[in-house]
Amino acid sequence: MPKRVETIVFHDSSSPAIPGVEKGSNFVVTSLDFLINQARANSLWPLTFGLACCAIEMMSTVAARFDLARFGSEAFRATPRQADVMIIAGRLSKKMAPVLRQIYDQMPEPKWVISMGACASSGGVYNNYAIVQGSDQVVPVDVYVPGCPPSPDALLYGILKLQEKVKKRKFNTLIELTPRHLANIEGEELTA
Amino acid sequence: MKATIFKDVAKPILAGFGITAKRLKHKKVTVMYPETLREQYPRTRWRHFLTKYDNGLEKCIGCSLCAGACPARCIFVEAAENTDEERYSPGERYAKRYEINMLRCIFCGYCQDACPTGAIVLRKNFELSNYKREDFIYTKEMLLESHPGENMEPFKGFRQKA
Repeated sequence: MPKRVETIVFHDSSSPAIPGVEKGSNFVVTSLDFLINQARANSLWPLTFGLACCAIEMMSTVAARFDLARFGSEAFRATPRQADVMIIAGRLSKKMAPVLRQIYDQMPEPKWVISMGACASSGGVYNNYAIVQGSDQVVPVDVYVPGCPPSPDALLYGILKLQEKVKKRKFNTLIELTPRHLANIEGEELTA
Repeated sequence: MKATIFKDVAKPILAGFGITAKRLKHKKVTVMYPETLREQYPRTRWRHFLTKYDNGLEKCIGCSLCAGACPARCIFVEAAENTDEERYSPGERYAKRYEINMLRCIFCGYCQDACPTGAIVLRKNFELSNYKREDFIYTKEMLLESHPGENMEPFKGFRQKA
């Protein structure tokens, strides 16, 4: 029996887990930061994580008409070990949530999550016992794409937003929310 | 040996490039999205607008029929009485607060159908993605068009030149 997912995630991958560590960028490696961020942003390999009808739109985003390959994301990977960004496409049932979390944990750093569609982002019309009301209860989400389902160009816009976010990333920030970090931020709200 | 190289290597390569060359004549299907937008279908429903009459008064009368019709329960309306000093809409009441949770919304357009005054409309602005959950609660200030007829203007993407 898998554990019930009840953890509330305070942060996404760009905000530091410990508040106050994002003081200033490293002076020497800023150019390297820029270079690596450009490389990362322009080759985001998504994980095939279609859960429902949003997956159909995700597939047509990759197809010829919208051609996600123009942004370096054409290589959809079936294994989390080779993926950079997880596109949660579809409603996330409570039974699927531990699986999603495990696959997210298996992805190598750095990793990002796009929550695609109303159901993945907030539960949508499925406000019931079976559906997780927002996949950010399970994994930290970077970009939310509203829509039911989002059309391919709406998803493309979400991916462009994610690329902007990746390009702004600093390197000396912690991104993993481990129990030790959680103890540090006990009782402190992260709104930044 | 030479003939074998030609037959087994060069010929298949040429045949393969022949197919590529034939495809070059075909019409290009890719929409170069951030630079150009595809033509949306006429009944495409995306971002909501709260419309105004030509004299600047809001069409919304705060009746909450949209909230009742919403299958995702994502609309919240709080009505207040109009007075002669503070008049927002022609009717008795106006929407003091009007909020839509864009993450819950499934863009079905039932609110548009239910609205008796045609105040809420769904237009073609699909660029709604954002980073934080809080940014998806669209308040009345965000939904209300700045001038009458703004919602009828064609949608331009974030990278289109005006």
